[in-house]
Amino acid sequence: MANQTSDFRTCPTTGLKVHLPAQTLIRINAVTAVVYILIGGILALLVALTRWPAVHLLPADLFYRALTAHGVTMLIFWVIFFEIAGLYFGSAVLLSTRLVGIVFGWVAYLMMLAGSLMTEYTILIGQADVMFSAYPPLKAHPLFYLGLILFAVGALIGCILFFATVIMAKAEGKYSGSLSLVSFGLAIAAIIAVVTIAGGAAILIPTFLWSVGLLSHIDAPTYRLVFWLFGHSSQQINVSAMVSIWYLLAALTVGAKPVSEVFSRTAFLFYAFFINVASAHHLMVDPALTTPWKIWNTGYVFHLAVVASMMHALAIPASIEVAQRKKGYVHGLFEWLKKCPWENPGFSAMVLSFCGFGLLGGITGVVFGTEQIAIVTHNTWRITGHFHTTVVLGTTTAFMGLTYYVIPLIFQREVMMPKLAMIQPWMFAIGVAIFSIAMIAAGGYGVPRRHWDITFAGAPYGFEFSPTVFLLMSVMGLGAIMAVLGGAIYCLVTVGSVFFGKKIS
Amino acid sequence: MAFNLPERVWWKPMHTEEKVWIVLCVIFGLTTFFFMPVWHMIGHQNPPSETYKLLPSQFADKVNTFVDQYAVKEASGEVKTDKGTPIVHPPGGSDIYLMGKQWIWYPILELEKGKTYRLHLSTIDVEHGLSIYPLNMNFMALPDYDYVLTITPGEAGEFPILCNEFCGIGHHKMVGKIIVKE
Ligand code: HEM
Ligand SMILES: [Cu+2]
Ligand SMILES: [Cu+2]
Repeated sequence: MANQTSDFRTCPTTGLKVHLPAQTLIRINAVTAVVYILIGGILALLVALTRWPAVHLLPADLFYRALTAHGVTMLIFWVIFFEIAGLYFGSAVLLSTRLVGIVFGWVAYLMMLAGSLMTEYTILIGQADVMFSAYPPLKAHPLFYLGLILFAVGALIGCILFFATVIMAKAEGKYSGSLSLVSFGLAIAAIIAVVTIAGGAAILIPTFLWSVGLLSHIDAPTYRLVFWLFGHSSQQINVSAMVSIWYLLAALTVGAKPVSEVFSRTAFLFYAFFINVASAHHLMVDPALTTPWKIWNTGYVFHLAVVASMMHALAIPASIEVAQRKKGYVHGLFEWLKKCPWENPGFSAMVLSFCGFGLLGGITGVVFGTEQIAIVTHNTWRITGHFHTTVVLGTTTAFMGLTYYVIPLIFQREVMMPKLAMIQPWMFAIGVAIFSIAMIAAGGYGVPRRHWDITFAGAPYGFEFSPTVFLLMSVMGLGAIMAVLGGAIYCLVTVGSVFFGKKIS
Repeated sequence: MAFNLPERVWWKPMHTEEKVWIVLCVIFGLTTFFFMPVWHMIGHQNPPSETYKLLPSQFADKVNTFVDQYAVKEASGEVKTDKGTPIVHPPGGSDIYLMGKQWIWYPILELEKGKTYRLHLSTIDVEHGLSIYPLNMNFMALPDYDYVLTITPGEAGEFPILCNEFCGIGHHKMVGKIIVKE
């Protein structure tokens, strides 16, 4: 019986009952995620050092290959493996119940692993130099698309297991009433994921058929529209997961309790309802779309999702303040803030992720996505800078912070090298902030994204960027080195602790 | 805590602070939304949406006819070129063509300051991104679609045009230009 009590252990810290087969699945997904961020980080360094004109490391073909691999590895494989681990954690562990369909969990994992290896291999051998967006008529080897499809189906199974576990736990009387806020937020992420993966299937399957010659034509603007339904909504999975992790980390680090459940849950619901149209802001300067369509999609519904983020932006600091004041830090306006556990990497990662995502990512996103402003931002480095403040400074930093709790709670090991772990989120986040801001500034001068040589040597005519641009590119390079070092420490501490950390019994 | 089950009845009314914040956020959202169409009406530069469907071969034919018709000629009668790309001087007010192909922008357009043109933008192979410097204005060129940009050059000079959508290994060499005469 899958339900035998011997399948469970009780966590000494949280009192949660941990389903051991689920724990193994969480471990393997999390470890795979870390392997991918390691690979993606090495690629990031190669790409950044090539774009730094004074270094210009890789030749053109390798640069475009490394860039394709960096985008796919980080945006898809690192993030989604970690999220699947998070979904199992948010259902089975947080509800102290069993994960339904362990076998399917393994099937999902193996499909994702096989799919990701297939895609990486195709990129590595030079058969898919098309960037992660892979706009047809640029064509990659069929295995590139097939790998992504396999990966997506695996992830979809993971989401289904999450829902099945939640429903089964209720049926078995493991909990009554409503889900916890964190699980609720993760459920929203999983719902968006299902929609997103459907979008991904709608576009990747025809593209795969086209790549093997079974379809003769893929309409370019249709591909772009549906691709970004998939590509942008998947960022909303990240946002919902990240915000859930903020609530979780606030609870774990300072014991914060949601100030108002209604308020926070409403904000999560807004994500589910209003986010999917946001793909429009990738298409502002495309032909084939009408102006009213562009305005409606970026304007109205888009901003309700922004309202949702602004609501979380009130709820989370408020809950931390309330928790701190309850502990007696009531002097002056800011004693509670000063007395926060800043040396705890879980806490600092949450705050850095929160501030970086909101102040840099959110604001640049809302501004750059407007109809007219897109004329000067589209495909420039402003965009690359923007999404490194959201999905890297925001999501990735939050995931890193959670890792410092996953290690003791799920891997039952102590975090090694605590001094290094303490500075890690700061180094990573500040490095990312520096290189992203430099990218955004350089993009303001028109520096294009995905471009090997902005000195245009070998081109028939040239364009000379101002010296400021070259200064900014150097700042980008230095920030990138700092961020990569921060990422390397993360991998070192994580892998070290998981394999060699002191066992917690 | 946020990861524990909520109290049995968690749907209690919100506090005043939260209500006020929601109102402020919604006002913000509505204001920004309100200005989306408003900017479109009172602003002077909007991304156009005029688009026609046509095959790449049809677009290439139009471009070739256009080049034959308006090519600038040397004294010898030969078509004037710059690094192999013909220079074309269409009259103000006309329909003009710019074609992306791996990895050149074709042809070189010579325009007159203050005149208005209908620029037809497309590509005959993969997607390209038209990026005009140093203004930094960006528009997509997609195969099978003729994207019409109505433009009025306000300044004389040479304007390099880059490609800013990845279009293959020669992407970074895809530089063309638009010349604007007084
Ligand atoms: C140490 C951290 C990182 C550094 C230094 C870094 C640096 C860069 C650089 C220099 C580019 C190339 C920009 C261009 O040429 O247009 C890039 C692209 C990109 N990065 Fe990162 N990155 C980092 C981490 C991440 C992470 C964690 C993610 C995702 C979760 C990510 C997602 C992407 C994506 C999606 C692209 C765009 C690829 C494309 O244009 O096709 N990066 N990054
Ligand atoms: Cu191009
Ligand atoms: Cu290009």
